[in-house]
Amino acid sequence: MTKQKLTIAVTGLNAIDSPGPGVAVSRALKEADSFDARIIGLSYESLEPGIYMHNLIDKSYQISYPSEGTETLFERIRYIHQQEKLDVIIPNFDAELFSFIKLMPELKKMGIHTFMPTIEQFEERHKTNLPDFGKKYDILVPDSESVYSADKISEILKDFEFPVVVKGKFYDAIITYNIEQTILAFNKIASKWGLPIIIQEFIKGEEYNVTGLGDGKGNTISVVPMRKQYITDKGKAWGGIAITDEKLFELTRHFVKETKWRGGFELELMKNSKNEYYLMEINPRLPAWIYLAIGVGQNIPEALTQLALGKQVEPFTKFEHGKMFIRYSWDMIVDLKEFEKISTTGEL
Amino acid sequence: MNIKSDIALSDSGFVFNPASGESYTVNPIGVEIIQFLKDGKSIAEVSEQILENYNTDLTTVDKDLNDFIVMLKQYSLIDNND
Repeated sequence: MTKQKLTIAVTGLNAIDSPGPGVAVSRALKEADSFDARIIGLSYESLEPGIYMHNLIDKSYQISYPSEGTETLFERIRYIHQQEKLDVIIPNFDAELFSFIKLMPELKKMGIHTFMPTIEQFEERHKTNLPDFGKKYDILVPDSESVYSADKISEILKDFEFPVVVKGKFYDAIITYNIEQTILAFNKIASKWGLPIIIQEFIKGEEYNVTGLGDGKGNTISVVPMRKQYITDKGKAWGGIAITDEKLFELTRHFVKETKWRGGFELELMKNSKNEYYLMEINPRLPAWIYLAIGVGQNIPEALTQLALGKQVEPFTKFEHGKMFIRYSWDMIVDLKEFEKISTTGEL
Repeated sequence: MNIKSDIALSDSGFVFNPASGESYTVNPIGVEIIQFLKDGKSIAEVSEQILENYNTDLTTVDKDLNDFIVMLKQYSLIDNND
């Protein structure tokens, strides 16, 4: 039987030290059993490694940064769709998701399928809304406060004990031990990611992450928990092991059921000395370590694609124990002509 | 004394707890003890087996075995209700 052929666009091709998930998602899609995927890479910069990984990414197009607005993005997607006839788009960056979610109806009209959280789900899970989120869904979260001005920091810190974690609204986190360090961290992160900055209670413990997929009706299609084994100075997992702590499965199913989560996600958790899991962050997209899920027998990007196409997807039951991932870096030799082509024409 | 049922143990002494992702290495006698516990033997039965297999005395076996069990508990390899 011939497999269905699908053209799927993915973003997040920056397989760098703080990697985007695009390359891993593409790899999973290329290995899908239920379809043959032609992968269209959507990049922001000419040096995103995925652009040059032709075994995984069949063709790449540069797209505009989210700051340039959804209209510019839409025009570019329309052009790419004319060339490639996209079946599905899987966005992989937090910062671009808002634009893609907003464009969902337009994309649908064009025949491009997506499977992303609703705008309400996307907004509700923001780091700035985490305390309310925890209260609403009965999930343990650290105390946190959003700060819009450095002048307010000393006032806000009265409610916290040091150390605290200073976080950007999209990325970055710095642990600080006094007011001065907190102000410095505030300024550093605010200049990079804008306001607000989040001051969060520091939870001492071990880091755990969970990736999964919700069908938007409250059903959990996949849950893959992972314990980071090797953490880079940017806090990224360079090695991790799939684990089977029932508490993590329960917590994740509870999260999906209560929020009726639609799409892929990553939960960042801390386990304290009392074995309690605190939900630190919800990333509304698949993580860079998503290939570990394929390693345990759950091809989440494939299942997400099927959901995007409106197909019924049964929850995964297989979970191969004792699987870990170790990331590595690899130098590709690229012909300058390729760099020239993507830089000048925006296509490769 | 119940060692967690999903704990993986290899002949080389590699012990893996799939719930936490932690792994440990134990020496050959540690492998034997964990295997006995996985087979459902009680501490007294494990102690008896060790005495039978090795040239040692009950006081030494009991002391070392207890230390080992405390360590297994500490690393959450034994069910909490034990």
